[in-house]
Amino acid sequence: MHTQLTINGENHDLEADERTTLLDALRQHLRLTGTKKGCDHGQCGACTVIVNGRRINSCLTLACMHDGDEIVTIEGIGTATDLSVLQQAFLSADGFQCGYCTPGQICSATAMLEEVKAGWPSHVSDRLDGAPELSDEEIGERMSGNLCRCACYPNIVAAIRAAAGSAA
Amino acid sequence: MRPFDYVRPSGMPEATREASRAGSAFIAGGTNLLDLMKLEVMAPDRLVDINRLDMGECSATPAGGLRIGALVTNSDLAADEHVRRDYPLLSRALLAGASGQLRNKATTGGNLLQRTRCYYFYDTSAPCNKREPGSGCSAIGGATRLHAILGASEHCIATHPSDMAVAMQALDAAVEIENVEGQTRSVPLSDFYRLPGDTPQVETVLGSGDLITAVVLPAPVKGSQIYRKVRDRASYAFALVSVAAVVGVEDGTIGSVALAFGGVAPRPWRDHEAERILAGERPSDELFARFADEILREARGQGGNDFKIPLLRRTLIATLQSATDESR
Ligand SMILES: Cc1cc2nc3c(=O)[nH]c(=O)nc-3n(C[C@H](O)[C@H](O)[C@H](O)COP(=O)(O)OP(=O)(O)OC[C@H]3O[C@@H](n4cnc5c(N)ncnc54)[C@H](O)[C@@H]3O)c2cc1C
Ligand code: SF4
Ligand code: FES
Ligand code: FES
Repeated sequence: MHTQLTINGENHDLEADERTTLLDALRQHLRLTGTKKGCDHGQCGACTVIVNGRRINSCLTLACMHDGDEIVTIEGIGTATDLSVLQQAFLSADGFQCGYCTPGQICSATAMLEEVKAGWPSHVSDRLDGAPELSDEEIGERMSGNLCRCACYPNIVAAIRAAAGSAA
Repeated sequence: MRPFDYVRPSGMPEATREASRAGSAFIAGGTNLLDLMKLEVMAPDRLVDINRLDMGECSATPAGGLRIGALVTNSDLAADEHVRRDYPLLSRALLAGASGQLRNKATTGGNLLQRTRCYYFYDTSAPCNKREPGSGCSAIGGATRLHAILGASEHCIATHPSDMAVAMQALDAAVEIENVEGQTRSVPLSDFYRLPGDTPQVETVLGSGDLITAVVLPAPVKGSQIYRKVRDRASYAFALVSVAAVVGVEDGTIGSVALAFGGVAPRPWRDHEAERILAGERPSDELFARFADEILREARGQGGNDFKIPLLRRTLIATLQSATDESR
């Protein structure tokens, strides 16, 4: 099955079995291995990528369902010599230990900050209207789809708080 | 995952026709179906991808309500201005479910039709009447922490896991369905799900090829709206018990009242009869306790879920207290 994907601004023509998840397409077919496979069942967030501006779990969607879509992976967020604000913040705040969850954390947080800008409330927001405040509790709730087996949560929250502050 | 054919219909008639062929399944967000296909709990021969059909919008109805297209994502619905203002209960229920990533994919239609999280349903080596009719129920006498205390049968004690559907049940939603002949019908959510009885594999009134096109909410009723979810973790966990409440108090007495319960039954649970106990009365703890007695009259634990009986009781009383707080 043929699928056209735009990944990090580049056109890719994928030829793959219908069963191929977007995650496997990225890792196995296109060799973009920055995106990680943790659980393969939507439970950990390691596979988070941004599709048409929205963060999703790439393990729970088929590549063929994304014909024509625009995908951003960790490789498109920044490079070793040109880090994104969030990537730099994760380094400065020591927001990881083994690093396995980190690409997913950063993709997720990148899109999450846009959701906050768009005024989306969360489960812990006191009010459903108005601009949400990015308290530590809000960051925790909004990032609950990204597990960290090394439990670097306090530093992940600190990194996101710092990045959000510096972007504002 | 077993091999399947993948088709992407260009309109509703083609979609329902494709899906009415034996072994076919619609795929929307895919967050439940693909999970189950990877485990071969579900193994459709063909997937009918409905994502490009025109069902992704919310619109006001002439009756003052809201028509929610079946493809509206859980994220968009929770953030929709109209929903936040008039149906805050629905926003709250959606935001209490899954994760940011999953809500971006999960759709209104798919959420209604997500399958149970019963451990044995997921374990293809265990007998399960829902997965393999007639094979038996491994949950009865097994691990039952997630299981039903109401509406279960000796053939299946699974719960429906959705948060969204519980809110919609309290909001008197109706499901709009298009069949393979192109006819549209509307089914109240309270008639949409079937209790397991001796056919737990049949979960809804949907027939072969039937496509959910929308969920329609009636005009909002005045009153406080609360969704309260109790779970094992503070986030990213299914409900053990949840309560959706719409309660209006006027001149010190309860006027409109609608309560639905999640995590406790094979469908979002609602008891219109029992609600009469509350209507027209002054809010009091004694009244709420009487209502809880009535809701739980036929509740039955299975061992591992016995705790849900007192938990539902307390959660529903606490929710009613907050909903009527200002007037007491
Ligand atoms: C880790 C995890 C945690 C979760 N936590 C929660 C939670 O706390 N609360 C909660 O409520 N949910 C939770 N969910 C479930 C999630 O909400 C559902 O997976 C999602 O809503 C399903 O929607 P979908 O569009 O992805 O459905 P799909 O997977 O695409 O489809 C599900 C079913 O619906 C059918 N279908 C879809 N659309 C239509 C239509 N328009 N007409 C007819 N049939 C249709 C499909 O054929 C399939 O059988 C969780 C899921 C995961 C993976
Ligand atoms: S409770 Fe229902 S879903 Fe679970 S094992 Fe029994 S029959 Fe299967
Ligand atoms: S690998 Fe996708 S959520 Fe875990
Ligand atoms: S840094 Fe090891 S899993 Fe998060």
